[in-house]
Amino acid sequence: MRRWVLAIAILAAAVCFFLGAQAQEVRQGHQTERISGSAGDVLEDDPVGRLKVYVYDLPSKYNKKLLKKDPRCLNHMFAAEIFMHRFLLSSAVRTFNPEEADWFYTPVYTTCDLTPSGLPLPFKSPRMMRSAIELIATNWPYWNRSEGADHFFVTPHDFGACFHYQEEKAIGRGILPLLQRATLVQTFGQKNHVCLKDGSITIPPYAPPQKMQAHLIPPDTPRSIFVYFRGLFYDTSNDPEGGYYARGARASVWENFKNNPLFDISTDHPPTYYEDMQRSVFCLCPLGWAPWSPRLVEAVVFGCIPVIIADDIVLPFADAIPWEEIGVFVAEEDVPKLDSILTSIPTDVILRKQRLLANPSMKQAMLFPQPAQAGDAFHQILNGLARKLPHGENVFLKPGERALNWTAGPVGDLKPW
Amino acid sequence: MMKSLLPQSQLRRSAAAASAARSSGGGAGSGGADGAGSDGGAGGRAPATSTFWFLLHALCCLVSLFLGFRFSRLLFFLLFSTTALYSSTSSSSSSAVLRATTTTTTTTTTTTTTTNTFTLSFQANPNPPPSNLSNHTALDAAGAAGHTQSHVVVGRHGIRIRPWPHPDPVEVMRAHRIMERVQEEQRRWYGVKEPRHVLVVTPTYSRAFQALHLTGLLHSLRNVPYPLTWIVVEAGGTTNATASLLARSDLTIVHIPFPDRMPHDWADRHATENRMRLHALRVIRERKMDGVIVFADDSNVHSLELFDEVQKVQWMGAVSVGILAHTGTADQPRLSEEDKQNMPLPVQGPACNSSGHLAGWHTFNSLPFAGKTATVVGEAAPVLPRGLEWAGFVLNSRILWKEAEGKPDWVKDLDAVGENGEEIENPLILLNDPSSVEPLGNCGKKILLWWLRVEARADSKFPQGWVIEPPLDIVVPAKRTPWPETTAELSAELVDSKQDQEGRRLSRTDRSSRSRSTTKRKEN
Repeated sequence: MRRWVLAIAILAAAVCFFLGAQAQEVRQGHQTERISGSAGDVLEDDPVGRLKVYVYDLPSKYNKKLLKKDPRCLNHMFAAEIFMHRFLLSSAVRTFNPEEADWFYTPVYTTCDLTPSGLPLPFKSPRMMRSAIELIATNWPYWNRSEGADHFFVTPHDFGACFHYQEEKAIGRGILPLLQRATLVQTFGQKNHVCLKDGSITIPPYAPPQKMQAHLIPPDTPRSIFVYFRGLFYDTSNDPEGGYYARGARASVWENFKNNPLFDISTDHPPTYYEDMQRSVFCLCPLGWAPWSPRLVEAVVFGCIPVIIADDIVLPFADAIPWEEIGVFVAEEDVPKLDSILTSIPTDVILRKQRLLANPSMKQAMLFPQPAQAGDAFHQILNGLARKLPHGENVFLKPGERALNWTAGPVGDLKPW
Repeated sequence: MMKSLLPQSQLRRSAAAASAARSSGGGAGSGGADGAGSDGGAGGRAPATSTFWFLLHALCCLVSLFLGFRFSRLLFFLLFSTTALYSSTSSSSSSAVLRATTTTTTTTTTTTTTTNTFTLSFQANPNPPPSNLSNHTALDAAGAAGHTQSHVVVGRHGIRIRPWPHPDPVEVMRAHRIMERVQEEQRRWYGVKEPRHVLVVTPTYSRAFQALHLTGLLHSLRNVPYPLTWIVVEAGGTTNATASLLARSDLTIVHIPFPDRMPHDWADRHATENRMRLHALRVIRERKMDGVIVFADDSNVHSLELFDEVQKVQWMGAVSVGILAHTGTADQPRLSEEDKQNMPLPVQGPACNSSGHLAGWHTFNSLPFAGKTATVVGEAAPVLPRGLEWAGFVLNSRILWKEAEGKPDWVKDLDAVGENGEEIENPLILLNDPSSVEPLGNCGKKILLWWLRVEARADSKFPQGWVIEPPLDIVVPAKRTPWPETTAELSAELVDSKQDQEGRRLSRTDRSSRSRSTTKRKEN
């Protein structure tokens, strides 16, 4: 009996502790809500003064010339790599003295190689990346000092530094061996995946902020669509038999709910896409070929509760944004029960999610505005880097110690770029 | 994601074909694709992990044997949830502990939902989700968190289709309630904070089109999402027909008689209506009714946005009124091209300066209609407003009270207005300084109501109180009735078979078109 009482007491104490710790506070004005300790506060951190970044001065063939060759690189969803470079060049955290830098940034636009139809190809990326690293390793002493452990790279491709858009190929390749010790800033995020290594910073994909701004409608426009989704359900050209694309989840959404009046789902992209999201309560964010999609950003910006259907997804800035509280997570196998799951969420919970979504700092953290604004995704990346400071002991190698194998990886990657 | 991948089809087609070939070879028996795949994924480490699991299972069994099941469950919960906190910070060495956590969740499937949720939220986030998450969503989150420990299989997955595709009506209703609640909350956040009472003033009188107009207005007012009182002033005293019409609206109604009868002349009618509105204002003043006064004439058409806008008014506001002057009467002269060019937008309302204050008025240009307008009610000619219409003004009712807090000094007393029988053109007469009027509706850029006067000819008949009494004769017999029609009156109609056949040829099914043609024939 006494054991019991003790156990219950311990349990109760634990519960009280955790409830107290996250004592949520309180509306800002009437509409938004923030959570102290996590979301609101961390998102509003100012990285200036907490870290210094040295930007390597690379020949323009690694960045500016690529962009000049194809200005479309500025508009696709991997454009974060270009905007991050531009942001850092004029940022207050930039230092011109590499000796005092906490982080080193290598401006190399690995995804700026587009097909005629405007889609990024990653085939040259490994060689380009390797060439850039060889360059900084020979011209500056800092790479060899840590073999990249105090360097960060923006690799926003589908499967990050695995540099392939097909998951199986990407897994086969693994992260580029030279980037083993570096910190990667990437859109791809899935737990227990070879293309996401420990310490990577997951960022939102780039969505054009001005364009989204232009489509804002008054916030009192009644949300009269229950579930909204626009996009592919089957990718017949790449996945003719079905079941590979989106691990079958999108197809399942279509097959189960195509005739359900609560579900406004279709493959065609209407010109009022952004407006419709602002008129919806739930926006589906199912995985595609990769677990993430720009819908996540759009949903947050437009205050539509994201319904995340992607098992094991790692969401952008998950250490700063309380995704569990603003979104709804539905397991891929539960897609046939989607209607029951969504309709049985208590209204109070839905309203709280909406209040949290209305918090401007949440929206700001999803966007890469030009020029940068306090609290935007650039600042969140810097905050993430600042939180990794000071560097641990294992960052700097002992004299003579070598960790990288410069000849690892597929033979094709070893060719000069 | 998909956007980027879609047109790469050419590039990928070969790869897809390759993967298809491989999967058709390898995945022949992949009915349980998940299980098979995960085994494959575990690869060479499989035997080691299975021994580990076995040992762990044995350990759990032993512990439960000694401590009793219930207590051991708690022990596991406390033990592993704390280690999980550490393990998330340290790296690969702790993967074993993480795995152990998974086992606890699997072994404790019989625990209450709350404990289960709790364990998982520990792992998901150092700051666990708030307690006000209900069990269900928490479970969903927990489900997602639980999955985080598993490795998602790469490769082909089944497309899950439920056997019964139809939505559950109970859930559909729930969804609609959720949306209703969300919209209510939206109104609370972004809409009017403290909704003010709306006092709608409508002058009316018993006539052919009264039921038509009043019913339209009634349905508009029923949709107003604010507390509302409808003050209906009826010329010539209250009638039962009007009262019964109003009673069906379920609105709060003040039905006031006005002694004078409505004159047939448009100019006189206009003046009478003005006096009726003034009468209503006096009633509001007497009863000290509090709210925003809207002048809704029964034949006008109102945007619901008007009632949102009037909530903003401080003392007196003005909105833009669209004038529907071009009623398509047959003998109305066609406007010349030049007239059309010069014709301004038929809008009456406030005009703003750049700072959003009242700068002047847009008035309706009645010149092109000079000499062509109707003078008598029911005449087949356009009816135009005279000066600024009352319908374009909104008042705070306190402006009429003898004493009200903060009542501006540029307002005249109601008793000083219209006492000597002078005509009251519009509510501006209540003000000493008309420049204080607040323009509403995006500075008058939005038209919030349409002004329209349509009346039946003065000599036209209309059913009293929507009841046809005595019943009408049959004018056109139903053609395909199964019984023979032998009535004497009808035979006269049937004689005209030529017309009938023509009608039948024109439309076999559209009965209305045939009946119209018949009526026309009768008129001739």
